[in-house]
Amino acid sequence: MGRRVLLIEDEPNIIEAISFILSKDGWTVHTHADGETAVDRVRDGAPDLLILDVMLPGRSGFDILRELREGDAPDLPILMLTARGQQRDRDMAEQLGATRFMTKPFSNSEVLETVRALAGP
Amino acid sequence: MPERQLTGTRLRNRRIDRGMKQSALAQAVGISPSYLNLIEHNRRRIGGKLLSDIARELAVEPEMLVEGTASAVRIPLQEAAAEFRSAAPEEARIDELVARLPGWAALIGAQQDRIAQLEARVQRLTDRLTHDPQVASALHEVISTVTAIRSTASILVDSEDLDRDWQARFHRNLDTDSLRLSESSQALMGYLDMNADAAAQVQSPLEIAEAEMAARGYAYPELERGEASPEALSADLPDPRAREILRNWLSIFAEDARHLPAEAFAPAARKLAHDPLRLARMFDQPLDRVFRRLAALPEDGDHPVMGLAICDQAGVVVFQKPVMEFHLPRSAAACPFWPVFQALTQPGRPVRRIVGLPGASGTAFDCAAVARDFGAPSFDGPSQVVATMLVRPARPETDRAPALVGPGCRVCPVEGCTARRQPSLLQDGT
Repeated sequence: MGRRVLLIEDEPNIIEAISFILSKDGWTVHTHADGETAVDRVRDGAPDLLILDVMLPGRSGFDILRELREGDAPDLPILMLTARGQQRDRDMAEQLGATRFMTKPFSNSEVLETVRALAGP
Repeated sequence: MPERQLTGTRLRNRRIDRGMKQSALAQAVGISPSYLNLIEHNRRRIGGKLLSDIARELAVEPEMLVEGTASAVRIPLQEAAAEFRSAAPEEARIDELVARLPGWAALIGAQQDRIAQLEARVQRLTDRLTHDPQVASALHEVISTVTAIRSTASILVDSEDLDRDWQARFHRNLDTDSLRLSESSQALMGYLDMNADAAAQVQSPLEIAEAEMAARGYAYPELERGEASPEALSADLPDPRAREILRNWLSIFAEDARHLPAEAFAPAARKLAHDPLRLARMFDQPLDRVFRRLAALPEDGDHPVMGLAICDQAGVVVFQKPVMEFHLPRSAAACPFWPVFQALTQPGRPVRRIVGLPGASGTAFDCAAVARDFGAPSFDGPSQVVATMLVRPARPETDRAPALVGPGCRVCPVEGCTARRQPSLLQDGT
Protein backbone atom coordinates (compact mmCIF):
# COMPACT_ATOMS: atom_id res chain seq x y z
CA MET A 1 0.00 0.00 0.00
CA GLY A 2 1.45 3.35 -1.07
CA ARG A 3 1.64 6.48 0.91
CA ARG A 4 -1.68 8.13 1.68
CA VAL A 5 -2.84 11.41 0.23
CA LEU A 6 -6.13 13.00 1.23
CA LEU A 7 -7.74 15.23 -1.39
CA ILE A 8 -10.33 17.65 -0.04
CA GLU A 9 -12.07 19.07 -3.11
CA ASP A 10 -15.71 19.41 -4.12
CA GLU A 11 -15.48 19.26 -7.94
CA PRO A 12 -16.20 15.61 -8.87
CA ASN A 13 -14.28 15.60 -12.15
CA ILE A 14 -11.22 17.27 -10.63
CA ILE A 15 -11.37 14.66 -7.86
CA GLU A 16 -11.50 11.91 -10.45
CA ALA A 17 -8.65 13.27 -12.55
CA ILE A 18 -6.29 13.93 -9.62
CA SER A 19 -7.16 10.62 -8.02
CA PHE A 20 -6.34 8.86 -11.28
CA ILE A 21 -2.92 10.42 -11.81
CA LEU A 22 -1.86 10.04 -8.17
CA SER A 23 -3.09 6.45 -7.98
CA LYS A 24 -1.15 5.66 -11.12
CA ASP A 25 1.91 7.13 -9.43
CA GLY A 26 1.51 4.71 -6.51
CA TRP A 27 -0.40 6.84 -4.02
CA THR A 28 -3.36 5.66 -2.01
CA VAL A 29 -5.86 8.44 -2.59
CA HIS A 30 -8.72 9.26 -0.23
CA THR A 31 -11.15 12.00 -1.05
CA HIS A 32 -13.52 14.22 0.89
CA ALA A 33 -15.81 16.97 -0.44
CA ASP A 34 -17.24 18.69 2.64
CA GLY A 35 -15.49 21.60 4.34
CA GLU A 36 -17.37 21.33 7.60
CA THR A 37 -16.16 17.82 8.45
CA ALA A 38 -12.75 18.10 6.77
CA VAL A 39 -10.71 18.49 9.97
CA ASP A 40 -12.23 15.31 11.44
CA ARG A 41 -11.49 13.49 8.21
CA VAL A 42 -7.81 14.54 8.37
CA ARG A 43 -7.62 13.51 12.03
CA ASP A 44 -9.18 10.11 11.36
CA GLY A 45 -7.35 9.40 8.12
CA ALA A 46 -3.85 10.46 9.24
CA PRO A 47 -2.66 11.09 5.66
CA ASP A 48 0.97 11.59 4.68
CA LEU A 49 -0.03 14.59 2.59
CA LEU A 50 -3.09 16.79 2.22
CA ILE A 51 -4.36 18.53 -0.92
CA LEU A 52 -6.84 21.16 0.18
CA ASP A 53 -9.09 23.33 -1.97
CA VAL A 54 -9.84 26.87 -0.71
CA MET A 55 -13.48 27.19 -1.75
CA LEU A 56 -15.39 24.33 -0.19
CA PRO A 57 -19.01 23.91 0.80
CA GLY A 58 -19.51 24.48 4.52
CA ARG A 59 -16.14 25.96 5.40
CA SER A 60 -13.26 27.80 3.78
CA GLY A 61 -10.01 25.92 3.13
CA PHE A 62 -8.19 28.74 4.95
CA ASP A 63 -10.20 28.06 8.12
CA ILE A 64 -9.46 24.36 7.86
CA LEU A 65 -5.76 25.09 7.35
CA ARG A 66 -5.67 27.36 10.41
CA GLU A 67 -7.32 24.75 12.64
CA LEU A 68 -5.03 21.98 11.43
CA ARG A 69 -1.90 24.06 12.01
CA GLU A 70 -3.04 25.11 15.47
CA GLY A 71 -4.13 21.58 16.40
CA ASP A 72 -3.48 18.08 15.13
CA ALA A 73 -1.39 18.65 12.05
CA PRO A 74 1.28 21.29 12.59
CA ASP A 75 3.77 19.52 10.31
CA LEU A 76 1.56 17.80 7.73
CA PRO A 77 2.58 18.77 4.16
CA ILE A 78 -0.40 20.69 2.78
CA LEU A 79 -0.85 21.77 -0.84
CA MET A 80 -3.51 24.47 -1.20
CA LEU A 81 -5.51 24.68 -4.42
CA THR A 82 -7.43 27.75 -5.43
CA ALA A 83 -9.16 29.26 -8.42
CA ARG A 84 -8.00 32.67 -7.22
CA GLY A 85 -4.38 33.51 -7.85
CA GLN A 86 -4.39 36.88 -6.15
CA GLN A 87 -1.38 37.81 -4.09
CA ARG A 88 -3.45 38.29 -0.96
CA ASP A 89 -4.66 34.68 -1.19
CA ARG A 90 -1.08 33.51 -1.52
CA ASP A 91 -0.07 35.66 1.43
CA MET A 92 -2.95 34.30 3.48
CA ALA A 93 -2.04 30.70 2.65
CA GLU A 94 1.59 31.32 3.53
CA GLN A 95 0.69 33.12 6.75
CA LEU A 96 -1.56 30.27 7.86
CA GLY A 97 1.12 27.68 7.19
CA ALA A 98 0.40 26.12 3.78
CA THR A 99 3.41 24.19 2.50
CA ARG A 100 2.67 25.03 -1.15
CA PHE A 101 0.05 27.00 -3.05
CA MET A 102 -1.19 26.15 -6.54
CA THR A 103 -3.58 28.12 -8.76
CA LYS A 104 -6.21 26.49 -10.95
CA PRO A 105 -6.10 25.60 -13.77
CA PHE A 106 -2.95 23.52 -13.25
CA SER A 107 -1.34 20.75 -15.27
CA ASN A 108 -1.26 17.14 -14.14
CA SER A 109 2.52 17.08 -14.22
CA GLU A 110 2.60 20.16 -12.00
CA VAL A 111 0.43 18.44 -9.39
CA LEU A 112 2.40 15.26 -9.58
CA GLU A 113 5.79 16.93 -9.25
CA THR A 114 4.60 19.06 -6.33
CA VAL A 115 3.13 16.10 -4.47
CA ARG A 116 6.34 14.12 -4.97
CA ALA A 117 8.43 17.04 -3.78
CA LEU A 118 6.30 17.60 -0.68
CA ALA A 119 6.29 13.93 0.29
CA GLY A 120 10.07 13.71 0.13
CA PRO A 121 12.10 10.61 -0.60
CA MET B 1 -28.54 76.30 -8.15
CA PRO B 2 -28.73 79.16 -10.60
CA GLU B 3 -25.42 80.98 -10.86
CA ARG B 4 -27.07 84.37 -10.47
CA GLN B 5 -27.38 83.83 -6.73
CA LEU B 6 -23.64 84.27 -6.43
CA THR B 7 -23.64 87.59 -8.20
CA GLY B 8 -23.85 89.72 -5.07
CA THR B 9 -20.82 88.10 -3.51
CA ARG B 10 -18.76 88.46 -6.67
CA LEU B 11 -19.83 92.01 -7.10
CA ARG B 12 -18.78 92.83 -3.54
CA ASN B 13 -15.41 91.08 -3.95
CA ARG B 14 -14.75 92.95 -7.17
CA ARG B 15 -15.62 96.29 -5.56
CA ILE B 16 -13.36 95.60 -2.58
CA ASP B 17 -10.56 94.45 -4.89
CA ARG B 18 -10.75 97.78 -6.67
CA GLY B 19 -10.75 99.67 -3.38
CA MET B 20 -14.11 101.28 -4.12
CA LYS B 21 -16.45 102.28 -1.33
CA GLN B 22 -19.95 100.90 -1.30
CA SER B 23 -21.42 104.39 -1.16
CA ALA B 24 -19.37 105.52 -4.14
CA LEU B 25 -20.52 102.64 -6.29
CA ALA B 26 -24.13 103.11 -5.20
CA GLN B 27 -24.00 106.78 -6.11
CA ALA B 28 -22.37 106.03 -9.48
CA VAL B 29 -25.18 103.74 -10.53
CA GLY B 30 -27.98 105.72 -8.93
CA ILE B 31 -29.13 103.45 -6.10
CA SER B 32 -29.01 103.76 -2.33
CA PRO B 33 -26.07 102.26 -0.41
CA SER B 34 -28.50 100.16 1.65
CA TYR B 35 -29.98 98.64 -1.50
CA LEU B 36 -26.50 97.89 -2.84
CA ASN B 37 -25.71 96.30 0.50
CA LEU B 38 -28.68 93.97 0.11
CA ILE B 39 -27.55 93.06 -3.41
CA GLU B 40 -24.00 92.42 -2.28
CA HIS B 41 -25.24 90.02 0.37
CA ASN B 42 -27.44 88.22 -2.10
CA ARG B 43 -30.62 89.36 -0.47
CA ARG B 44 -31.83 91.13 -3.59
CA ARG B 45 -31.55 89.94 -7.15
CA ILE B 46 -29.82 91.97 -9.81
CA GLY B 47 -29.94 91.94 -13.59
CA GLY B 48 -30.57 94.01 -16.68
CA LYS B 49 -29.44 97.61 -16.80
CA LEU B 50 -28.39 97.83 -13.16
CA LEU B 51 -26.06 94.84 -13.57
CA SER B 52 -24.58 96.41 -16.72
CA ASP B 53 -24.09 99.76 -14.95
CA ILE B 54 -22.38 98.18 -11.95
CA ALA B 55 -20.19 96.02 -14.18
CA ARG B 56 -19.16 99.12 -16.12
CA GLU B 57 -18.21 100.93 -12.91
CA LEU B 58 -16.24 97.88 -11.75
CA ALA B 59 -14.55 97.54 -15.16
CA VAL B 60 -15.70 93.99 -15.68
CA GLU B 61 -17.93 92.25 -18.19
CA PRO B 62 -21.42 91.73 -16.73
CA GLU B 63 -21.32 88.01 -17.43
CA MET B 64 -18.23 87.74 -15.29
CA LEU B 65 -20.23 88.89 -12.32
CA VAL B 66 -22.87 86.32 -13.12
CA GLU B 67 -20.70 83.44 -14.26
CA GLY B 68 -17.41 84.28 -12.66
CA THR B 69 -15.28 82.50 -10.17
CA ALA B 70 -17.92 80.45 -8.42
CA SER B 71 -16.68 77.45 -6.55
CA ALA B 72 -18.36 75.30 -9.16
CA VAL B 73 -15.87 76.67 -11.69
CA ARG B 74 -12.88 77.17 -9.40
CA ILE B 75 -12.82 73.78 -7.69
CA PRO B 76 -12.41 71.63 -10.83
CA LEU B 77 -9.73 74.02 -12.04
CA GLN B 78 -7.92 73.84 -8.72
CA GLU B 79 -8.16 70.07 -8.77
CA ALA B 80 -6.86 69.93 -12.35
CA ALA B 81 -3.96 72.19 -11.42
CA ALA B 82 -3.13 70.11 -8.36
CA GLU B 83 -3.30 66.78 -10.16
CA PHE B 84 -1.24 67.89 -13.15
CA ARG B 85 1.27 69.98 -11.30
CA SER B 86 4.03 68.77 -13.60
CA ALA B 87 2.48 70.98 -16.28
CA ALA B 88 3.32 73.96 -14.02
CA PRO B 89 -0.06 75.70 -14.25
CA GLU B 90 -0.19 79.22 -12.83
CA GLU B 91 -2.44 78.34 -9.89
CA ALA B 92 -2.49 81.86 -8.52
CA ARG B 93 -4.04 83.09 -11.75
CA ILE B 94 -7.10 80.85 -11.87
CA ASP B 95 -9.45 83.79 -11.46
CA GLU B 96 -7.70 85.58 -14.30
CA LEU B 97 -8.10 82.52 -16.52
CA VAL B 98 -11.80 82.37 -15.74
CA ALA B 99 -12.21 86.07 -16.37
CA ARG B 100 -10.26 86.30 -19.60
CA LEU B 101 -10.95 82.91 -21.18
CA PRO B 102 -14.20 81.66 -19.68
CA GLY B 103 -14.74 79.11 -22.45
CA TRP B 104 -11.34 77.48 -21.97
CA ALA B 105 -11.79 77.55 -18.19
CA ALA B 106 -15.12 75.81 -18.56
CA LEU B 107 -13.53 73.24 -20.88
CA ILE B 108 -10.74 72.45 -18.40
CA GLY B 109 -13.30 72.19 -15.60
CA ALA B 110 -15.51 69.90 -17.70
CA GLN B 111 -12.55 67.70 -18.55
CA GLN B 112 -11.55 67.48 -14.90
CA ASP B 113 -15.10 66.49 -13.99
CA ARG B 114 -15.06 63.90 -16.76
CA ILE B 115 -11.77 62.47 -15.47
CA ALA B 116 -13.28 62.20 -11.99
CA GLN B 117 -16.36 60.47 -13.41
CA LEU B 118 -14.25 58.01 -15.40
CA GLU B 119 -12.05 57.29 -12.39
CA ALA B 120 -15.19 56.62 -10.34
CA ARG B 121 -16.41 54.31 -13.09
CA VAL B 122 -13.12 52.38 -13.18
CA GLN B 123 -13.24 52.07 -9.40
CA ARG B 124 -16.82 50.80 -9.60
CA LEU B 125 -15.86 48.18 -12.17
CA THR B 126 -12.81 47.15 -10.15
CA ASP B 127 -14.90 46.87 -7.00
CA ARG B 128 -17.36 44.79 -8.89
CA LEU B 129 -14.79 42.33 -10.20
CA THR B 130 -13.24 42.08 -6.76
CA HIS B 131 -16.26 42.01 -4.51
CA ASP B 132 -19.34 41.08 -6.53
CA PRO B 133 -20.23 37.63 -5.15
CA GLN B 134 -22.04 36.65 -8.34
CA VAL B 135 -19.05 37.45 -10.54
CA ALA B 136 -16.71 35.68 -8.09
CA SER B 137 -18.93 32.62 -8.00
CA ALA B 138 -19.32 32.52 -11.79
CA LEU B 139 -15.56 32.89 -12.34
CA HIS B 140 -14.89 30.14 -9.81
CA GLU B 141 -17.26 27.86 -11.67
CA VAL B 142 -15.57 28.59 -15.01
CA ILE B 143 -12.04 28.08 -13.66
CA SER B 144 -12.94 24.89 -11.83
CA THR B 145 -14.49 23.44 -14.97
CA VAL B 146 -11.50 24.45 -17.08
CA THR B 147 -9.23 22.75 -14.53
CA ALA B 148 -11.21 19.52 -14.76
CA ILE B 149 -11.20 19.63 -18.56
CA ARG B 150 -7.47 20.33 -18.75
CA SER B 151 -6.61 17.56 -16.33
CA THR B 152 -8.91 15.02 -17.95
CA ALA B 153 -7.76 15.86 -21.47
CA SER B 154 -4.13 15.45 -20.39
CA ILE B 155 -4.87 12.02 -18.98
CA LEU B 156 -6.49 10.94 -22.24
CA VAL B 157 -3.55 12.21 -24.31
CA ASP B 158 -0.74 11.08 -22.04
CA SER B 159 -2.00 7.65 -20.95
CA GLU B 160 -1.47 5.36 -23.94
CA ASP B 161 -2.35 2.25 -21.94
CA LEU B 162 -5.65 3.60 -20.60
CA ASP B 163 -8.26 0.83 -20.60
CA ARG B 164 -11.57 1.29 -22.39
CA ASP B 165 -13.63 1.77 -19.21
CA TRP B 166 -11.45 4.63 -18.00
CA GLN B 167 -11.38 6.12 -21.50
CA ALA B 168 -15.15 6.06 -21.68
CA ARG B 169 -15.41 7.55 -18.22
CA PHE B 170 -13.06 10.44 -18.98
CA HIS B 171 -14.77 11.10 -22.29
CA ARG B 172 -18.07 11.42 -20.46
CA ASN B 173 -16.44 13.77 -17.97
CA LEU B 174 -15.11 15.90 -20.81
CA ASP B 175 -18.54 16.00 -22.35
CA THR B 176 -20.28 17.05 -19.15
CA ASP B 177 -17.55 19.57 -18.27
CA SER B 178 -17.52 21.16 -21.71
CA LEU B 179 -21.29 21.54 -21.52
CA ARG B 180 -20.98 23.01 -18.04
CA LEU B 181 -18.25 25.40 -19.20
CA SER B 182 -20.42 26.56 -22.06
CA GLU B 183 -23.34 27.23 -19.73
CA SER B 184 -21.32 28.92 -16.99
CA SER B 185 -19.47 31.19 -19.43
CA GLN B 186 -22.74 32.16 -21.10
CA ALA B 187 -24.26 32.90 -17.69
CA LEU B 188 -21.25 35.03 -16.78
CA MET B 189 -21.43 36.98 -20.03
CA GLY B 190 -25.16 37.44 -19.59
CA TYR B 191 -24.68 38.79 -16.09
CA LEU B 192 -21.94 41.18 -17.21
CA ASP B 193 -24.02 42.40 -20.16
CA MET B 194 -27.11 42.79 -18.01
CA ASN B 195 -25.25 44.99 -15.54
CA ALA B 196 -23.06 46.87 -18.00
CA ASP B 197 -25.31 49.91 -17.95
CA ALA B 198 -25.49 49.95 -14.17
CA ALA B 199 -21.72 49.67 -13.85
CA ALA B 200 -21.16 52.39 -16.39
CA GLN B 201 -23.66 54.71 -14.80
CA VAL B 202 -21.85 57.74 -13.56
CA GLN B 203 -24.56 59.14 -11.32
CA SER B 204 -25.93 57.31 -8.33
CA PRO B 205 -29.73 57.00 -7.94
CA LEU B 206 -29.50 59.59 -5.16
CA GLU B 207 -27.76 62.03 -7.47
CA ILE B 208 -30.27 61.42 -10.26
CA ALA B 209 -33.17 62.14 -7.91
CA GLU B 210 -31.45 65.25 -6.62
CA ALA B 211 -30.67 66.47 -10.13
CA GLU B 212 -34.35 66.09 -11.00
CA MET B 213 -35.34 68.24 -8.01
CA ALA B 214 -32.65 70.81 -8.88
CA ALA B 215 -33.96 71.00 -12.45
CA ARG B 216 -37.35 71.92 -11.01
CA GLY B 217 -35.76 74.51 -8.75
CA TYR B 218 -36.87 72.35 -5.79
CA ALA B 219 -40.37 73.72 -6.39
CA TYR B 220 -43.43 71.49 -6.67
CA PRO B 221 -46.42 73.86 -6.45
CA GLU B 222 -48.81 71.19 -7.73
CA LEU B 223 -47.73 68.99 -4.82
CA GLU B 224 -48.33 71.85 -2.38
CA ARG B 225 -51.82 72.38 -3.80
CA GLY B 226 -52.58 68.67 -3.63
CA GLU B 227 -53.07 68.56 -7.41
CA ALA B 228 -50.41 65.90 -8.03
CA SER B 229 -49.15 62.97 -6.02
CA PRO B 230 -45.49 62.09 -5.28
CA GLU B 231 -46.00 58.96 -7.41
CA ALA B 232 -47.17 60.97 -10.41
CA LEU B 233 -44.41 63.56 -10.07
CA SER B 234 -41.69 60.93 -9.90
CA ALA B 235 -43.11 58.61 -12.55
CA ASP B 236 -41.04 59.99 -15.42
CA LEU B 237 -37.67 59.05 -13.93
CA PRO B 238 -36.46 55.99 -15.87
CA ASP B 239 -34.24 54.61 -13.08
CA PRO B 240 -36.54 52.77 -10.64
CA ARG B 241 -34.19 53.34 -7.67
CA ALA B 242 -33.96 57.07 -8.36
CA ARG B 243 -37.74 57.13 -8.81
CA GLU B 244 -38.21 55.55 -5.40
CA ILE B 245 -35.87 58.05 -3.75
CA LEU B 246 -37.61 61.01 -5.41
CA ARG B 247 -41.03 59.66 -4.45
CA ASN B 248 -39.93 59.33 -0.81
CA TRP B 249 -38.67 62.91 -0.68
CA LEU B 250 -41.76 64.28 -2.36
CA SER B 251 -43.91 62.40 0.16
CA ILE B 252 -41.99 64.08 2.98
CA PHE B 253 -42.36 67.49 1.32
CA ALA B 254 -46.08 66.90 0.82
CA GLU B 255 -46.45 66.03 4.49
CA ASP B 256 -44.50 69.17 5.42
CA ALA B 257 -46.79 71.28 3.24
CA ARG B 258 -49.85 69.73 4.87
CA HIS B 259 -48.64 70.77 8.33
CA LEU B 260 -47.25 74.12 7.22
CA PRO B 261 -49.35 75.29 4.25
CA ALA B 262 -47.71 77.97 2.14
CA GLU B 263 -50.55 80.48 2.52
CA ALA B 264 -50.01 80.57 6.30
CA PHE B 265 -46.31 79.76 6.50
CA ALA B 266 -44.89 82.18 3.92
CA PRO B 267 -46.34 85.38 5.47
CA ALA B 268 -45.44 84.17 8.96
CA ALA B 269 -41.88 83.48 7.82
CA ARG B 270 -41.64 87.03 6.47
CA LYS B 271 -43.11 88.48 9.63
CA LEU B 272 -40.75 86.56 11.91
CA ALA B 273 -37.70 87.35 9.75
CA HIS B 274 -37.45 83.66 8.76
CA ASP B 275 -36.48 82.74 12.31
CA PRO B 276 -36.89 78.95 12.42
CA LEU B 277 -37.18 78.67 16.20
CA ARG B 278 -39.99 81.20 16.44
CA LEU B 279 -41.75 79.62 13.48
CA ALA B 280 -41.49 76.19 15.08
CA ARG B 281 -43.04 77.54 18.26
CA MET B 282 -45.74 79.47 16.41
CA PHE B 283 -46.89 76.45 14.38
CA ASP B 284 -46.01 73.87 17.03
CA GLN B 285 -44.03 71.85 14.51
CA PRO B 286 -40.64 70.13 14.75
CA LEU B 287 -37.69 72.29 13.82
CA ASP B 288 -36.47 70.05 11.00
CA ARG B 289 -39.84 70.40 9.28
CA VAL B 290 -39.61 74.18 9.59
CA PHE B 291 -36.12 74.03 8.03
CA ARG B 292 -37.45 72.05 5.07
CA ARG B 293 -40.35 74.44 4.59
CA LEU B 294 -38.12 77.50 4.77
CA ALA B 295 -35.82 76.01 2.14
CA ALA B 296 -38.86 75.33 -0.05
CA LEU B 297 -40.03 78.96 -0.03
CA PRO B 298 -39.91 80.61 -3.46
CA GLU B 299 -36.76 82.61 -4.03
CA ASP B 300 -38.31 85.96 -4.69
CA GLY B 301 -37.84 89.36 -3.14
CA ASP B 302 -39.80 88.33 -0.05
CA HIS B 303 -37.53 85.51 1.05
CA PRO B 304 -33.77 85.15 1.28
CA VAL B 305 -32.08 82.34 -0.59
CA MET B 306 -31.91 79.26 1.62
CA GLY B 307 -30.23 75.90 1.16
CA LEU B 308 -30.71 72.64 2.95
CA ALA B 309 -28.67 69.56 3.80
CA ILE B 310 -29.92 66.34 5.35
CA CYS B 311 -27.65 63.54 6.49
CA ASP B 312 -28.21 60.18 8.08
CA GLN B 313 -26.67 58.71 11.20
CA ALA B 314 -23.56 57.61 9.31
CA GLY B 315 -22.97 61.18 8.15
CA VAL B 316 -23.97 60.41 4.57
CA VAL B 317 -25.55 63.39 2.84
CA VAL B 318 -28.88 62.01 1.65
CA PHE B 319 -30.34 65.27 0.38
CA GLN B 320 -29.11 68.73 -0.30
CA LYS B 321 -30.27 71.91 -1.91
CA PRO B 322 -27.06 73.84 -2.60
CA VAL B 323 -27.01 77.57 -2.11
CA MET B 324 -24.34 79.92 -3.39
CA GLU B 325 -20.99 78.24 -2.67
CA PHE B 326 -22.49 75.86 -0.14
CA HIS B 327 -22.38 72.34 -1.48
CA LEU B 328 -21.41 69.29 0.55
CA PRO B 329 -19.38 66.69 -1.33
CA ARG B 330 -21.00 63.30 -1.60
CA SER B 331 -18.21 61.18 -3.04
CA ALA B 332 -15.54 62.53 -0.70
CA ALA B 333 -16.31 62.98 2.96
CA ALA B 334 -17.38 66.48 3.90
CA CYS B 335 -15.84 68.70 6.54
CA PRO B 336 -16.99 67.51 9.99
CA PHE B 337 -17.24 71.11 11.19
CA TRP B 338 -20.49 71.68 9.32
CA PRO B 339 -23.19 72.00 11.99
CA VAL B 340 -25.28 69.27 10.34
CA PHE B 341 -22.70 66.71 11.48
CA GLN B 342 -22.31 68.28 14.90
CA ALA B 343 -26.08 68.10 15.41
CA LEU B 344 -25.90 64.33 14.96
CA THR B 345 -24.08 64.04 18.27
CA GLN B 346 -26.92 65.64 20.26
CA PRO B 347 -30.32 64.74 18.81
CA GLY B 348 -33.05 67.19 19.75
CA ARG B 349 -30.71 70.07 20.56
CA PRO B 350 -30.50 72.73 17.84
CA VAL B 351 -27.08 73.95 16.77
CA ARG B 352 -26.46 77.32 15.17
CA ARG B 353 -23.16 78.52 13.76
CA ILE B 354 -21.96 81.26 11.46
CA VAL B 355 -19.49 79.53 9.21
CA GLY B 356 -17.30 80.70 6.38
CA LEU B 357 -15.68 78.93 3.49
CA PRO B 358 -11.95 79.51 3.10
CA GLY B 359 -10.86 81.21 -0.08
CA ALA B 360 -11.38 84.35 -2.01
CA SER B 361 -15.09 84.97 -1.66
CA GLY B 362 -15.20 84.45 2.09
CA THR B 363 -18.96 84.04 2.00
CA ALA B 364 -20.36 83.56 5.49
CA PHE B 365 -23.33 81.27 6.07
CA ASP B 366 -25.77 81.21 8.93
CA CYS B 367 -26.35 77.49 9.57
CA ALA B 368 -28.97 76.07 11.89
CA ALA B 369 -29.14 72.32 12.36
CA VAL B 370 -31.05 69.82 14.41
CA ALA B 371 -31.10 66.03 14.57
CA ARG B 372 -34.19 63.95 15.26
CA ASP B 373 -34.55 60.25 16.03
CA PHE B 374 -37.21 58.81 13.72
CA GLY B 375 -36.90 55.29 15.14
CA ALA B 376 -39.67 53.80 17.25
CA PRO B 377 -38.98 54.23 21.00
CA SER B 378 -37.25 51.08 22.18
CA PHE B 379 -34.52 50.01 24.57
CA ASP B 380 -33.08 47.48 22.16
CA GLY B 381 -34.04 48.69 18.69
CA PRO B 382 -31.69 50.76 16.56
CA SER B 383 -31.99 54.53 16.54
CA GLN B 384 -32.67 56.29 13.28
CA VAL B 385 -31.22 59.74 13.70
CA VAL B 386 -31.43 62.19 10.81
CA ALA B 387 -29.87 65.66 10.93
CA THR B 388 -31.25 68.60 8.96
CA MET B 389 -29.42 71.87 8.37
CA LEU B 390 -30.79 75.14 7.01
CA VAL B 391 -28.16 77.28 5.28
CA ARG B 392 -28.55 81.00 4.63
CA PRO B 393 -26.12 83.72 3.68
CA ALA B 394 -25.18 85.36 6.99
CA ARG B 395 -26.55 88.83 7.56
CA PRO B 396 -23.83 91.39 6.96
CA GLU B 397 -24.52 93.04 10.29
CA THR B 398 -23.89 89.85 12.23
CA ASP B 399 -21.28 90.36 14.92
CA ARG B 400 -20.25 86.72 15.05
CA ALA B 401 -16.97 85.89 13.39
CA PRO B 402 -17.50 82.97 11.04
CA ALA B 403 -15.87 79.67 11.94
CA LEU B 404 -13.97 78.19 9.00
CA VAL B 405 -15.39 75.06 7.42
CA GLY B 406 -13.97 73.46 4.31
CA PRO B 407 -15.68 72.03 1.26
CA GLY B 408 -13.86 68.74 2.02
CA CYS B 409 -10.23 67.97 2.88
CA ARG B 410 -9.16 67.44 -0.72
CA VAL B 411 -9.79 71.02 -1.79
CA CYS B 412 -9.53 72.75 1.57
CA PRO B 413 -6.55 75.03 2.09
CA VAL B 414 -6.87 75.42 5.88
CA GLU B 415 -3.55 74.57 7.45
CA GLY B 416 -3.19 72.83 10.80
CA CYS B 417 -6.82 71.68 10.82
CA THR B 418 -7.40 69.16 13.59
CA ALA B 419 -10.06 67.37 11.56
CA ARG B 420 -7.99 66.88 8.41
CA ARG B 421 -8.27 63.34 7.06
CA GLN B 422 -6.07 63.68 3.99
CA PRO B 423 -3.65 66.25 2.58
CA SER B 424 -5.12 69.05 0.53
CA LEU B 425 -4.49 69.23 -3.19
CA LEU B 426 -4.25 72.98 -2.89
CA GLN B 427 -1.00 74.78 -2.43
CA ASP B 428 -0.23 77.90 -0.51
CA GLY B 429 -3.73 78.19 0.90
CA THR B 430 -4.98 79.63 -2.38
